Amino acid sequence: MTLSLDNERFRALLWQIAVVAIVLGAVAWLWSNAVHNLSARRIQVGFAFLGREASMPITDTWLPYSPKDTYLWAFIVGVVNTLRVAVVGIVLATILGTAVGIARLSSNWILSRLAAVYVEVLRDIPLLLQLLFWYVMMQALPPARGAWKPLDGVFLSNRGLVVPSIPLEGAQFGVIGAAVIGLVLYVLLRRKLVALQMLDGRPRWSWPYGLLLVVVLPALISWLSGVSWEVSVPALRGFNFVGGWTFAPEYFALLLALVTYTSAFMAEIVRSGIQSVARGQWDAAVALGLRRGFVLRKIVLPQALRVIIPPMTSQYLNLTKNSSLAVAIGYQDIVSVANTTLNQTGQAIEAIALIMAVFLTISLGISLFMNWYNAHIALVER
Amino acid sequence: MATTADTPKLRPTGRARTGWDANPVLRWLRANLFSSITSGVITLLLFALVTKMLVSFVQWGILDAVWSVPGNDTAACRAARGLGACWAVIPEKYRFILFGTYPFEEQWRPALATLVFIALFYVSCLRAFWRRELVLIWAGALALIGFLMWGGALGLSFVSQERWGGLPVTLILATFGLAFGFPLGILVALGRRSKLPAIHSVCVLYVELIRGVPLISLLFMASVMFPLFLPDGVNFDKLLRAQIAFVLYAGAYLAEVIRGGLQAVPHGQSEAADALGLSYWQKNRLIVLPQAIRHVIPPLVNTFIAFFKDTSLVLIIGIFDLLTTAKTAIIDPSWQQFSVEVYVFVAAIYFVFCFAMSRYSKHLEQIGTGK
Repeated sequence: MTLSLDNERFRALLWQIAVVAIVLGAVAWLWSNAVHNLSARRIQVGFAFLGREASMPITDTWLPYSPKDTYLWAFIVGVVNTLRVAVVGIVLATILGTAVGIARLSSNWILSRLAAVYVEVLRDIPLLLQLLFWYVMMQALPPARGAWKPLDGVFLSNRGLVVPSIPLEGAQFGVIGAAVIGLVLYVLLRRKLVALQMLDGRPRWSWPYGLLLVVVLPALISWLSGVSWEVSVPALRGFNFVGGWTFAPEYFALLLALVTYTSAFMAEIVRSGIQSVARGQWDAAVALGLRRGFVLRKIVLPQALRVIIPPMTSQYLNLTKNSSLAVAIGYQDIVSVANTTLNQTGQAIEAIALIMAVFLTISLGISLFMNWYNAHIALVER
Repeated sequence: MATTADTPKLRPTGRARTGWDANPVLRWLRANLFSSITSGVITLLLFALVTKMLVSFVQWGILDAVWSVPGNDTAACRAARGLGACWAVIPEKYRFILFGTYPFEEQWRPALATLVFIALFYVSCLRAFWRRELVLIWAGALALIGFLMWGGALGLSFVSQERWGGLPVTLILATFGLAFGFPLGILVALGRRSKLPAIHSVCVLYVELIRGVPLISLLFMASVMFPLFLPDGVNFDKLLRAQIAFVLYAGAYLAEVIRGGLQAVPHGQSEAADALGLSYWQKNRLIVLPQAIRHVIPPLVNTFIAFFKDTSLVLIIGIFDLLTTAKTAIIDPSWQQFSVEVYVFVAAIYFVFCFAMSRYSKHLEQIGTGK
């Protein structure tokens, strides 16, 4: 290689060395400043603080937690709180978004107009503003004694939403586990049956096996071992509710804001996905004499999904990242816990690095899963 | 209705139009509201629901609302609480919500700056201005806005950034973020498509890192970590730190949009430029980028809308943008209970800006942005 600027390969090498040197130099400079500043403020760099007592209260949690626990445990509780909002939010937003997207395509004028208004209004107002709005609305609800009862056993008050629940413990989880195993077996069996049909062309029913594996067998196990499925109905005792399942006002407001906001974007994605399927596909399927539901399930949806899945993935990622707005209303997710930690210990770099690591991991997880799913349904060119 | 245009409607054909069928209104009603039993039931249910909501909204927002109160005496509002809105809070607080703690007599300056922003957006939307000179217009307008806000010359008193607030701050964060994030985005997009492995990986790392974490963590970084990373004695103002975070954030998202545009330019264009003997920068500046950016103007507008809404997150690090001033305005004990009215007012401002931009983007998508 000639060392001259006229040589393209040499020039390329020079450019790369320059860029890498600038980036590394900037990082090194910032880092040396940080080390200097931290030692001047007597802050010890490192994650040793995670073992210390957190002494921060976290009220709304699924895991056992007390302020005497360590920062590490507080962080784990925060991550679980983030996941709790993100997963439930993704499921509900997908359902609502699909419904609104289909409603926008309805031939019923009033339904499609309403869906359009829903989308426009929710999309054009900042999520944080909507979140604060819902939170104020939650706080303006009547106190527990005068709670609204839209249904029997459901209470909506400034203590949040309380609904009846079925307490799940070891035995109940065993039965649910049996049903999950049954479902996996059923999917494998069904795949086998479809493969057989491909060979000899004879259709085979698979649903009786499904019923047996997923419903009948677990029910039999439950009945034989005497597992109780008693519903716990909430009741007002004094100033608060006993029994049932409570959604704290912060959680409920956050979930409401995230689900409605994201569903507006999802509705547009679903609409354009369905519209992208050529009209001829419908006509051809109908000409073959297929039923409407079958056409939707086997012809239109698989093609629409190819258009829908990639932007939907980024909406899932957005919802997860947006759940970090929880800090504004005091729902203790990972960002809120990290922020409190930061204020208590001054370990700014570590706390923010932890937030970033958690979100990068979640983002990567969702991306990998959705890429796998996308590859699964992608067009196979022959 | 574009959405139903491609579903063919059943029209009575070969039959004389008699009775209700002759009336176009009834025909429209039947086709769009009562085409089947299900559709009819949905129509009636929704009609009842919409009417009920409209009636209670009009009741709350207009008929039973309190429009003004004497001084700070909110007794009338408290009496109507739960029944009617207390719009009296808006005339009482709108100056603070819109301009924050900017000196009261000087508030014509942020108001004028806001108008300059709107004029700048308007001009940028006109196709006749989509040329190189637009960069100069932007530079001039941003300089004028800086002069109006800071002052300190030509008889205007100096106002430091700590006193800025409200709508101008929201517009500044969004617009300056875009103005500086855009060139950064172009460089990163080109870098990501580069064949040089080191440059490619640096750009991928930057984009994926920024897009993988929530904006809040970047803002926390700007507000708490920046001071740690700078040498002793050097310190930026909080607003500027947030602005830098926004530029980095915008750069990563804009880079992905621009990369999409670069991919849409046919390879032959680049090959032809190479054949003419243009250098890498000449090729991109004169041939590739002008075509690429034209392709992605609608998604750029959408990115800008998202960006405009995202500026509200500075509430969490305590910068006085429009949402923060709104939230602060209702800390006042006598008005504390009327936050819903203030939020509705601010939501309307955000909505007007975002709705106008989203209409514009839709319009561009329909007519196409090519030559």
